[in-house]
Amino acid sequence: MINFSVRLAREKPLGAAGAAICLLFLLCGIFAAWLAPYGMNEINLVNRMKAPSMAFPFGTDYLGRDQLSRILYGAQLSVIIGFCAAGLATVVSILIGVVSGYAGGRTDMLIQRFVDAWQSFPGLVILIVAVAVLGPGMPQVIGVLALLFGIAGSRIIRGAVVSVRENMYIHAAQSVGAGTQRILWRHVLPNVMPVVIVLFTSRLGATILAEAALSFLGLGVPPPAPTWGGMLSGSARTYMHQGPWLALAPGLALTIVVYAVNVFGDALRDLLDPRMRGSR
Amino acid sequence: MLAYTVRRLLALIPTIFFASLIVFLSVRLIPGSIIDLMLANNPLAVEKDRPAIEAALGLDKPLHTQYLHWAGSALRGDLGRSLWQDTPVMHEILARLPVTLELALLAMVVSIIVGIPIGVYSAIRQDTAGDYVTRSFAILLLAIPSFWLATLIMVFPSIWWGWAPELTYVPFTRDPVTNLKMLLLPAVILGTALSALNMRLMRTTMLEVLRQDYIRTAWAKGLGEGMVVTRHALRNALIPVVTLLGLEVAGVIGGSVILEQIFVLPGLGLLLLEAVSTRDYPVITGIFLIVGVCVMLINLLVDLSYGLLDPKVRYR
Repeated sequence: MINFSVRLAREKPLGAAGAAICLLFLLCGIFAAWLAPYGMNEINLVNRMKAPSMAFPFGTDYLGRDQLSRILYGAQLSVIIGFCAAGLATVVSILIGVVSGYAGGRTDMLIQRFVDAWQSFPGLVILIVAVAVLGPGMPQVIGVLALLFGIAGSRIIRGAVVSVRENMYIHAAQSVGAGTQRILWRHVLPNVMPVVIVLFTSRLGATILAEAALSFLGLGVPPPAPTWGGMLSGSARTYMHQGPWLALAPGLALTIVVYAVNVFGDALRDLLDPRMRGSR
Repeated sequence: MLAYTVRRLLALIPTIFFASLIVFLSVRLIPGSIIDLMLANNPLAVEKDRPAIEAALGLDKPLHTQYLHWAGSALRGDLGRSLWQDTPVMHEILARLPVTLELALLAMVVSIIVGIPIGVYSAIRQDTAGDYVTRSFAILLLAIPSFWLATLIMVFPSIWWGWAPELTYVPFTRDPVTNLKMLLLPAVILGTALSALNMRLMRTTMLEVLRQDYIRTAWAKGLGEGMVVTRHALRNALIPVVTLLGLEVAGVIGGSVILEQIFVLPGLGLLLLEAVSTRDYPVITGIFLIVGVCVMLINLLVDLSYGLLDPKVRYR
């Protein structure tokens, strides 16, 4: 772990900077309640629509809610949704990818046609339809994001499994009579782990962005939860001409975090799995 | 080429089958009944509407009968009727589809015009300052959410210069110039992130092609840089980029939902959001299906276009 960090910092300084921002984002999310000067929905009508100042570094909105505090609590929501959804998505990808890649033959063909069909739908449209069916809310958003990115990402795991499957050590394990489960756990999974880690990081940025888009459309985590996407939409939009700072902080936070995650993910990919270079 | 086209068309059949299954099951495999949701979410509806809605959705029959019935009607172009407006869903969708397709097409064009030349430039000037700047800029563009970019463009120019984008939609058939002017801004916003993707892949494949023997031969023949790059390298380097363009189609149509909402463009995305807010399930499933089919057909066209770009595909 320490060796790897040193290597990251030496070979990929930009990636290391991205990792540092990711860590900062994670800490903001975990300690939001301690860091935020005000509550996430603390209404303060005396100080409504205040421009950024020492007391309110990012200004306040039409209800006098402190934007900095809301951004910090928004980081918390993004951390929870991003990590849960990307984590679950990776698990879904592994399940589908390993079954499809290791089984091969007709099973593989059927699963791949299903994945083809799934991928012909725009992600955002699947999300909107799912929310229309399940109703808005955090568990639903996490579940649907996990399924959406999980199925899409299964291709990458499948590809890795197919190339691992043909290795001599797998044939050796099969010929000494190891069970399928044992082979998958002990031989296949450890060998596709670099791909899994890279997949997880690339999904992290994508899920955070997708959740923000969904909340922006009013279909994610319902207000008054301070999601970054939600802070840019709804009633806030009517006040943006009076207080342009309302349009800045949430989008900037989102861009910086996604940028950092992407840069870190690119660096990880180059270090862990050179074969995936250039693919996204 | 004909055999290739036929093979590609046949391969589409299982995909369309699974896609229709996904659409069909999406509103039927939910915990609890859709009708409960519909009744709970719509104050206009009352409990005695239940059998009527059930019949309208065909929910009173077994699942496989429902699917066959639904798929059969869909094949004949009948996607049912809107629950609240009582208009044919297909009619509504066909009226809105051109706006979305136009926006998506313009966005793709923007992403090609911007991404490909910059990608080529970045590759032929590898490791120069210009290469670094464009590459870092591209990663940044990938991280900027389109809805934030659109929000900034709606807010700041109007504060600084009193300029705001026009928000009353004019159809292309009535006034093409105004229509294009309106769609250009959302298309540029939508195309921005895509152009970064195109640029990155164009650079990578161009660098690979430039290392090939036939490029060295072209240089050795004494051809100028313009000739080597455009005639010998670009055509070969474009093939993976065309694949990427095909994969981007779904994303562009998805992204247009957001921009249609911000710029009040009456496309499929806006229709979908309206249908979601009134829980109009026939409209939702109809759009879901049509969008999927559109993406598949566009992908088919992209695959067929390889034949034009790459003679190896034609003769396979």
